[in-house]
Amino acid sequence: MLVLQAIIEGVLVGGFYALMAAGLTLVFGVMDIVNFAIGALIVLGAYLSYSITTHFHIDPFVSLIFTTPLMTALGMVIYVFLIKPIKTNKVVMSLLTMFAVATLIEGILDICYNSGFVQIHASYINNSLRIGKLNFPLIYVLSFLLSAFLLSCLYLVTYRTKFGRSLRASMQNPVAARLVGIDTDRVSMITLGIGIGLAAIGGMIFGTTNAFNASSSYDIISRLLVIVILGGFGSVGGALVAAVFMLVIQDVVAVVWSPVWGSTAFYMILMVVLLVRPQGLFGKKGVRAQ
Amino acid sequence: MTLLGVEGIVKNYGGIQALRNCTMNFQEGAINGLIGPNGSGKTTLFNVMTGYETPDSGKVTFRGKDITNSTPDEVFAAGIGRTFQLTRIFPRLTVIENVHIAAQRKGLVAQMRQWSQPDERARALESLDFVGLTKLSREPAGSLSYGQQKLLEFAFIMVAEPKVMLLDEPAGGVNPTLLKHLGGRIKELNKTGVTFIIVEHDMEFVMGICDQVSVMHQGSALLEGKPEIVRNDPAVLEAYLGTDMTEVN
Amino acid sequence: MSTDTTISQRPTPPSYEVPKAIRFGALAVGFLVLVLFPLVFNNPTISTIGVFAMIFLMAVTGWNIFSGYTGYIALGHAVFFGIGQYATAMLASYWQIPPGWETFLLIPVAMFLAGLAAIPIGLIVLRVRKHTFIVLTIALMFIFQLFAYNLRGWTGGSQGLEVSQPPWDGSIFNLPYYYVGLFLAIVAIISSFMIRRSKFGLSLLAIRDDEDRARSLGINTRNSKLTAFVISAIFLGAAGCMYAMFVGSVYPQFSFDPAFDLELSIMAFAGGLGTILGPSLGALIISGAQQYFLITFGGANVFLIVYGALFILILRLLPGGVVPAISDKWRSHVVRKEQRILDSELEGPAEAGAHK
Repeated sequence: MLVLQAIIEGVLVGGFYALMAAGLTLVFGVMDIVNFAIGALIVLGAYLSYSITTHFHIDPFVSLIFTTPLMTALGMVIYVFLIKPIKTNKVVMSLLTMFAVATLIEGILDICYNSGFVQIHASYINNSLRIGKLNFPLIYVLSFLLSAFLLSCLYLVTYRTKFGRSLRASMQNPVAARLVGIDTDRVSMITLGIGIGLAAIGGMIFGTTNAFNASSSYDIISRLLVIVILGGFGSVGGALVAAVFMLVIQDVVAVVWSPVWGSTAFYMILMVVLLVRPQGLFGKKGVRAQ
Repeated sequence: MTLLGVEGIVKNYGGIQALRNCTMNFQEGAINGLIGPNGSGKTTLFNVMTGYETPDSGKVTFRGKDITNSTPDEVFAAGIGRTFQLTRIFPRLTVIENVHIAAQRKGLVAQMRQWSQPDERARALESLDFVGLTKLSREPAGSLSYGQQKLLEFAFIMVAEPKVMLLDEPAGGVNPTLLKHLGGRIKELNKTGVTFIIVEHDMEFVMGICDQVSVMHQGSALLEGKPEIVRNDPAVLEAYLGTDMTEVN
Repeated sequence: MSTDTTISQRPTPPSYEVPKAIRFGALAVGFLVLVLFPLVFNNPTISTIGVFAMIFLMAVTGWNIFSGYTGYIALGHAVFFGIGQYATAMLASYWQIPPGWETFLLIPVAMFLAGLAAIPIGLIVLRVRKHTFIVLTIALMFIFQLFAYNLRGWTGGSQGLEVSQPPWDGSIFNLPYYYVGLFLAIVAIISSFMIRRSKFGLSLLAIRDDEDRARSLGINTRNSKLTAFVISAIFLGAAGCMYAMFVGSVYPQFSFDPAFDLELSIMAFAGGLGTILGPSLGALIISGAQQYFLITFGGANVFLIVYGALFILILRLLPGGVVPAISDKWRSHVVRKEQRILDSELEGPAEAGAHK
């Protein structure tokens, strides 16, 4: 029973991680940028929601109306001022730039909010959903539903809209996309906006389900990176599968063995998979060295 | 005598058969041309011969030895040098450093020696002189023009004294004067005993320089023979015309 | 294109390098400054900055041997830094080494262990390239951090470990650390120099520019990369050992710290990634500034902001680094001089296109 509970909880949390990983992997696919700042940005999103809910006493889900556009705009600003000017050695330089942005945000958050742990509060935070003998925290279920909804939206946008077509074209061949008149700069800007906008939502969910402080960003980024590598860089579907798979395993290990080894199992799986398939489960073969 | 040969090579990419039962022999001491319409498998064959791709089945032999499963560095060490369709030099290293790279030595002690040994330096300068780039030897290779980069690629393979050089579209994007220069260098090297295999779309260049021309079509050898014979063979025309007129230069 | 055909008329090309005399002069002055530094500034606060600068000097030089030369930006070298630290702390208590100069004997042991660990790690991470490589190295660092937290029996978990410090007098306490650090840093720089001018080094640079091409020219890229990886890990191990001895304690979050690699890369980028002395210059300036800020402002958060902002500025304004900028200046100076000579000889316009 405990194991079944762990599996279902893993799926619920996995859905939420998949959402955050989708932002990361999408940005990578379009621009070749590993958005290392995503961890710090998620924590920023969490703090923004936290401030809004505590000061104005509104529901955390409602706070997204304010935080998401704000973070999307931040993403676009980052693109225009920091990413676009990079001319040479884009992959490495953009990663280091995002790394620096992450450090900057962490420092600022640490000053603004001190280092104490906080959690976003809502009246229903301790409620749970009972199905038979199983008990699920309501907030997990809600966040799973929200994540599933947003991922479907993302899917529809990429595969059913004109912007999505430009986006996929830029992913597959940026040079050719530019040649047929797609403004790849604009596509990149919007994609980074979406990627970071998703961080606002991810941050809210993270903040309601976990106590966090400024340095929680490392915990998030390390897991997301594992998920994205495992799923294969640039593959949104891969990230989804990997996220659910990893969190289910983590939760099961935590129940069967001990919580401490749950997160270690998370990383060990990565190592084992990479020994067999260096390009990740769903990755293209291009990144392999030998 | 056959220097480099492939026998029954099959290579599939997903559902596409890039090479189907391809058998070919390249004669020692000759300048061999390899032509065929786009997508006929010429570059894939090059990749298989130089260890970049492992064939699904079949055998690659070099001087009678099986090199099918060798890695690119082993293939090079055995004496097969190649150029790439899109020139690949080391843009941030200087021209002279580029030429030295191919003159690598095995063994730890040799590896830790200074890269520019006097004898190698002389050889490197000689090969640069051969292609006419001595003057630019201290420039970063990335600042050379496209044609000069092709010459540089040629020079740094030459310095390792390979038995056979595989050139993938040496004429592409090179102006006529430079091409003539390159053609002259190929012939001159060939006289010293280096065998050439040249993939090229520029028919004039191929027919003018090659002793022997092989034609590939849909992943296997269509025919081979002297340039004059190949030029007038109806099957060759068919192979080209059957696909796309524009590819025949 | 017409210049393609003008075959060399002058056999000896000009040298674009800064003349030897100037370079050696600068090196000698730098060396002298480093040797005299703690003797002139004998205030312990200042010489503490000096010790950290030496530790970072050897770390970044080691890092540069791999990442600078091969172009594979490793952001998980904290793994080896941490291994050096934990090896020192664990072995010092296991072998019951009395606090004093004997602890310094652990340096070669830490170097050996870090190098040893680099072999399997290198075999795993060097199978992938570019972003996957970078991200994988980061992930590896988190794995080691987790192990340090979880294997409480050996590492003390989040309590960390202590390295007992020798009972030396405060006024001279820093000196042994400083000079041992300086010695190791110089060893690292000399190794870096020897590698740069060796055939091995040239193949690393070839890998940086085009790895597949390098393979097709007979370079065993896997072995070359792995060797460089192990060499660089060895110096990180030494840095870790020095750090643990000097600071006196070891914690998972500080030994395996993601910010550590950010610091290394800032230093390398600021000075000039892949140059021999650029990263050293970056290490001296930035780690000096870092310690100064830490002492002046206290809090680590201000420090993070300064770091992030500084790095963004460096990447924006000086992506190539200081040292390449200087040699570029010199180069254009030489080219201009050449051009003047050429103009005065005035052979004809055919020459003009030769320099791009």
